[in-house]
Amino acid sequence: MYDFSYHTPSTVADAAAAMSGAEDGKILAGGQTLLPTMKQRLASPSDLVSLRGCRDLVGIASDGSTVTIGAMTTHGAVAASADVKAAIPALAALAGGIGDPQVRNRGTIGGSLANNDPAADYPAAVLGLGATVVTTKRELAAEDFFQGLFETALEEDEIITAIRFPVPKSAAYVKFDNPASRYALVGVFVAHTSGGIRVAVTGAGQDGVFRADGIEAQISAGQTPDSSSIDEGGLNTDIHASAAYRKHLIGVMAKRAAAAAS
Amino acid sequence: MPTVSMTVNGKQMSGDVESRTLLAQFIRETLDLTGTHIGCDTSQCGACVVHVNGDSVKSCTMLALEADGADVTTIEGLAQDGDDLHPMQEAFRDNHGLQCGFCTPGMVMSAIDLVKTNPNPSEHEIREWLEGNICRCTGYHNIVKSIAAGAAAMRGEKAAAE
Ligand SMILES: Cc1cc2nc3c(=O)[nH]c(=O)nc-3n(C[C@H](O)[C@H](O)[C@H](O)COP(=O)(O)OP(=O)(O)OC[C@H]3O[C@@H](n4cnc5c(N)ncnc54)[C@H](O)[C@@H]3O)c2cc1C
Ligand code: FES
Ligand code: FES
Repeated sequence: MYDFSYHTPSTVADAAAAMSGAEDGKILAGGQTLLPTMKQRLASPSDLVSLRGCRDLVGIASDGSTVTIGAMTTHGAVAASADVKAAIPALAALAGGIGDPQVRNRGTIGGSLANNDPAADYPAAVLGLGATVVTTKRELAAEDFFQGLFETALEEDEIITAIRFPVPKSAAYVKFDNPASRYALVGVFVAHTSGGIRVAVTGAGQDGVFRADGIEAQISAGQTPDSSSIDEGGLNTDIHASAAYRKHLIGVMAKRAAAAAS
Repeated sequence: MPTVSMTVNGKQMSGDVESRTLLAQFIRETLDLTGTHIGCDTSQCGACVVHVNGDSVKSCTMLALEADGADVTTIEGLAQDGDDLHPMQEAFRDNHGLQCGFCTPGMVMSAIDLVKTNPNPSEHEIREWLEGNICRCTGYHNIVKSIAAGAAAMRGEKAAAE
């Protein structure tokens, strides 16, 4: 890891200012992705702006119709939250299935979303529930936030402050995880929302998380979902699984998630 | 060079570090507490697990500066009065929970964090919890047994103290 200048602002406004002032600054949240990346020298920022002093970015609020989670809230805190368990149990379960306990004690929801790893879990919940990503500059609908592999709509000095999840009637997330890392080989989030059925698929798409409208239509029509509507050409092949296998898994995970959410 | 200060095993410690110095490096190289091991340095194996403000974390995946002001416990801080092992350490000894011992400090620190929120974990819960701790010797069977025994001992100890 190359050295860098380290900053610990105590407000998110100061953090944004520090980012604007840095030559090649990066936000540091839980560090569970960024530090391993820097060790491999795949990233070598001139400045790290740590959010650990920004206490207003930590916390969970629930008012019955919306659950708002601060960007610096850890996966472990979301998994253990009585509010999240009561309002959106699928979200608490998803957070509790990320990585391992030590990753969950440090890793944050803001960091996971900003990173937008195509195999990450949270993007499936954010897109599946139609959540809003709140930043220092604006509010972004899930559809507008995710922009492809490791790509988001965030600008260089834009910081995620919170995520607002509308409470669904019911929801479930089922993933087939990579046994070593627990990242999703394929994960499917199914939600019964006031606007109808929403289905988001992570771990499989060449452009990261996506909505599966064919599966949404099947579940809406009361049918058992399958993956016949999924275009295999848009799916990933890597050392873990072929596109054909991922397509098959989408059907299996969708079926299980639909049953769990019904 | 930035200076970092933290409470480690109950004692106030500080030292000069680079921004990039990892908590694991600071503990091992600056404080000479070499019970915290570095197995992979890639966030996978859990040999480096310590407690920061009571939560288990991988000290190879945290900057020393991120622990500034924190309360840190390492494997060396568990035994209260010199010779007396912590019940979880004792349980690993009694149940043959280690062979080479390289993974053991991380296993013990992780196990104690489990028992904090789940005083009576099932075998399945223990195995799930150990997702982030890798042992290349034991096949886990005796580690799981040790943690169940350690949890029981910690429950007993609490009951006696009340
Ligand atoms: C062993 C291991 C297993 C894992 N398994 C899983 C898994 O099963 N599922 C899964 O989904 N993830 C998994 N992860 C990733 C983990 O969830 C990370 O915590 C997460 O991807 C990044 O969150 P972080 O808080 O650690 O962010 P960091 O590593 O600190 O930052 C990640 C990126 O986001 C940026 N960033 C962070 N916060 C913000 C913000 N508020 N606003 C703007 N930009 C920001 C940073 O600049 C950086 O580019 C695993 C990680 C490890 C090490
Ligand atoms: S040395 Fe930290 S996880 Fe392996
Ligand atoms: S006892 Fe040797 S690595 Fe676990």
